[in-house]
Amino acid sequence: MSGPAPAAAAVALDGIAKKFGAFVALRGITLAVEAGDFVCFLGPSGCGKTTLLRIIAGLERQNAGAVRMAGRDVSALPPAERNYGIVFQSYALFPNLTVGRNVAYGLETRRMGGAAIGQRVDELLTLVGLTRHKDKYPAQLSGGEQQRVALARALAPSPSLLLLDEPLSALDARVRQSLRHEVRALQRRLGVTTIMVTHDQEEALTMADRIVVMNAGQIEQMGVPKEVYRRPSTPFVARFVGQMNFIAAQASGRSGWARVGTIELRHQGGLATTQGQALTLAIRPEEVLVEPAGGADGENRMLARISAIQFLGSFTRLQLEARADGLESLESDVADSTFTALGVGEGGEISIVLQPDALRAFPAGAAP
Amino acid sequence: MIPRAAVTAGAISDRLVRHRLGREDVVRWALVLAFAAILYLFLLYPLASVLWRSLLDNSGRFIGLANYARYFGTPVIAASITNSLLVSVASMLITVALAFGFAYALTRTRMALKGMFRLAAMLPLFAPSLVQAFALIYVFGNNGIVTRITGFNVGIYGAKGIVLAEVFYCFPHALLILVAALGATDARLYDAARTLGAGPVKTFLTVTLPGIKYGLVSACFVVFTLAITDFGAPKAIGGKFSVMATEIYNQVSGQQNFTMGATVSVVLLVPAVLAFMVDRLVQRRQYALVTASSTPLQPEPRPLTDGALLVYCGLLAGFIVGVFGVVLASSLVQRWPYNFAPTLKHYAFDTAGGYQALWNSIQVAALTSAVGTALVFVGGYVVEKCRTVASGPLYLASMLPVSVPGMVLGLAYIFTFNAPGSPLNALYATLAILVISNVIHYFTVGFLTATTALKQMDAEFENVGASMGVPFYRTFWRVTVPIALPSIVAISMYFFLNAMVTLSAVVFIVAPGTELAAVAVLLMDDAGDTAQAAAMSVLIIATGLAVRCLYWLLLRGVTRRTQAWTQGGAAPADLSS
Repeated sequence: MSGPAPAAAAVALDGIAKKFGAFVALRGITLAVEAGDFVCFLGPSGCGKTTLLRIIAGLERQNAGAVRMAGRDVSALPPAERNYGIVFQSYALFPNLTVGRNVAYGLETRRMGGAAIGQRVDELLTLVGLTRHKDKYPAQLSGGEQQRVALARALAPSPSLLLLDEPLSALDARVRQSLRHEVRALQRRLGVTTIMVTHDQEEALTMADRIVVMNAGQIEQMGVPKEVYRRPSTPFVARFVGQMNFIAAQASGRSGWARVGTIELRHQGGLATTQGQALTLAIRPEEVLVEPAGGADGENRMLARISAIQFLGSFTRLQLEARADGLESLESDVADSTFTALGVGEGGEISIVLQPDALRAFPAGAAP
Repeated sequence: MIPRAAVTAGAISDRLVRHRLGREDVVRWALVLAFAAILYLFLLYPLASVLWRSLLDNSGRFIGLANYARYFGTPVIAASITNSLLVSVASMLITVALAFGFAYALTRTRMALKGMFRLAAMLPLFAPSLVQAFALIYVFGNNGIVTRITGFNVGIYGAKGIVLAEVFYCFPHALLILVAALGATDARLYDAARTLGAGPVKTFLTVTLPGIKYGLVSACFVVFTLAITDFGAPKAIGGKFSVMATEIYNQVSGQQNFTMGATVSVVLLVPAVLAFMVDRLVQRRQYALVTASSTPLQPEPRPLTDGALLVYCGLLAGFIVGVFGVVLASSLVQRWPYNFAPTLKHYAFDTAGGYQALWNSIQVAALTSAVGTALVFVGGYVVEKCRTVASGPLYLASMLPVSVPGMVLGLAYIFTFNAPGSPLNALYATLAILVISNVIHYFTVGFLTATTALKQMDAEFENVGASMGVPFYRTFWRVTVPIALPSIVAISMYFFLNAMVTLSAVVFIVAPGTELAAVAVLLMDDAGDTAQAAAMSVLIIATGLAVRCLYWLLLRGVTRRTQAWTQGGAAPADLSS
């Protein structure tokens, strides 16, 4: 996906750079979004993801770089001529217009008859399941309903691109969950190319076809959700997407091995290292396997003491102190049944296994 | 992945990628330019001509600062500076002290009759500042009723009378600010003080006063500025006691000495501009005392305090109503205070424009209201929503009028619109120039109300429109204006009521055929027709009150209509009461 973008991509960005005074918001972003894809820009606040979205929308002007839509350079076009629909974090519904009038807003300036407009509004309201609220004002609807009105309004003029700026962040957890599926299903049904900005990694993982992880104005990784989760290409991605244990280590003499304190651990490999080079090893809590204490100390297998237990519903998070220098603190997520079967409590001893193909290695110093 | 260090701020061009200029941009820039042109032509350029004129002699030769040297060097004229400062500071201290007690009673006690007291206190807003001076003269003047009955003349003409008249005139302005300041508080602070064992005095000093200090400062500056720029009261009751505003009038109207008028004007600008700048600096440090989680204060009954304040407010409200009662009475009797037989003969005006002047005033006020409201709202929109390089300078220029005294603006308009050979002369001696003068004179308060309303709107409304190809002016009309309607109504009322009573901004530019009611009052009084002056004052006040009632109905209708889509949102800023 990186490198020169194919000309036919629905949206192609080429070297987008943006600064506000001395602050650099975007450091040359190049990417392409295929037609019909649902792409998430994921990153912490201040990473430039919203600025990037607003540049695509033409609401912000970049200092350098080009925006192309379906092969056409739109960099010089004002927002009104770019053909997209947008949903803002605040929804920005017009409070003085009814739900129906809000949805009709973008249709009324087109050469469309009143009957055609009414038909299209009904169509959209049916799509988002709000037909019976047509004559209400936005303030009379719940947050989730308002969000769906905003979506219907953005989609009404049949734009070729849908932009969503943190559309679910103002909602409470339960509504957010169900809207994730609704928005995703709607997008699939209409096949409209969609770019969503979010800081919620779970949202990105569950909704997107592709995730663009951003940090400090540049792209850290692009890929399908599974790839980003399983193979974070930088410590930043590893930390930001999902939970992760980090272990300071040095490259050992053997290729694919790292030294932690007095022991050696085998990791995924694939990293050219020199002996003694500082490394950061990373493993997810659910990848730290637990077994009853005892048995032979095998490869990447060691004793650990349970220092704290956190019950989190479907699984249990164990705070572990491994019997090895430099491995004092690890977290392990285990299914509740697995944990019960172990038959130990706080302070108890177990064996843990850090499976080599789950143990990632990064050069240390790359800021997580 | 690009190495992070590779792209620094310096490596990125400072220029932004240009968007093609669309029709919308043309409209947007046309609005910016039109607004800038209006502010330049009717505010900055006229003020610059006053400044320039103060550096010339009466034959138009440049003489540097010689006029200023003469002003400060001639004790008779220079006295107007110290007189003005003295009168204004005294008025400020007395007004704010009196209004504070009144505001405290209205907001922090369970005193009875609050609504009536509030209404009574607002009365002076409906009258030219001349009127309070008249009332004082009718009571304490050489032919006043008290003077006549007791045979004792308190010597009301001069500083004493001016201060007293200004106190009445400025009272509602100070009261509105202090009521707002005292009303915005968090009851939890008082609960906390009580649980910590603070007594009433300590609570007052540590919670109440700190909470309203910005309101107090603001009230002080507003009253000071009103008093030092007022022309009506010192003209009517000042006698030989000259202040700067009357000095400008004397130099220009009396002696046709325009350059000295300009010189005094420039000097009068200094304290007004200073007061405004200090106020802005102080207000900038204000932070929100009241947050969404604040609980409103429910005052407890305190029979002693409530009773004492009832007497206090009763006295003050009585004085204010009394002032208007005296003016009304004197317009309805044969010859105040000698013959109290009722008559309507003073309402048959035989001089200074008569009913034509009143009609002119109503027309000018209505036009000021329409033009002023449109200008401040579109201007506020241009500054607030069409972010361009011009926004900053336009905002600053919009803040300027509040510190320009009416006399100075009026004189500036003579220089600009009555200059030989200027195409702008076409406006001279028309109602239009009076409307423009009023719009500019009262511009800032309306502008601030408009920008506050606009700031509260979602910044993305225009962007939503733009994303769907709806031009911004359509969104302005369909969404922005309807949402801001309560503020728009309040702004238009503010313009109407002020245009109806103002004297200082128009006294220099009325011409035969365009007389105004407030100016007619002044001329009738000058000519010795005090009863007719009182009658005209009554008509001005009655018109103002009637229009206020109309607006009250209008606002209620607007509120009812907008209640359908607001969730009991914030009430609009009411500029009058």
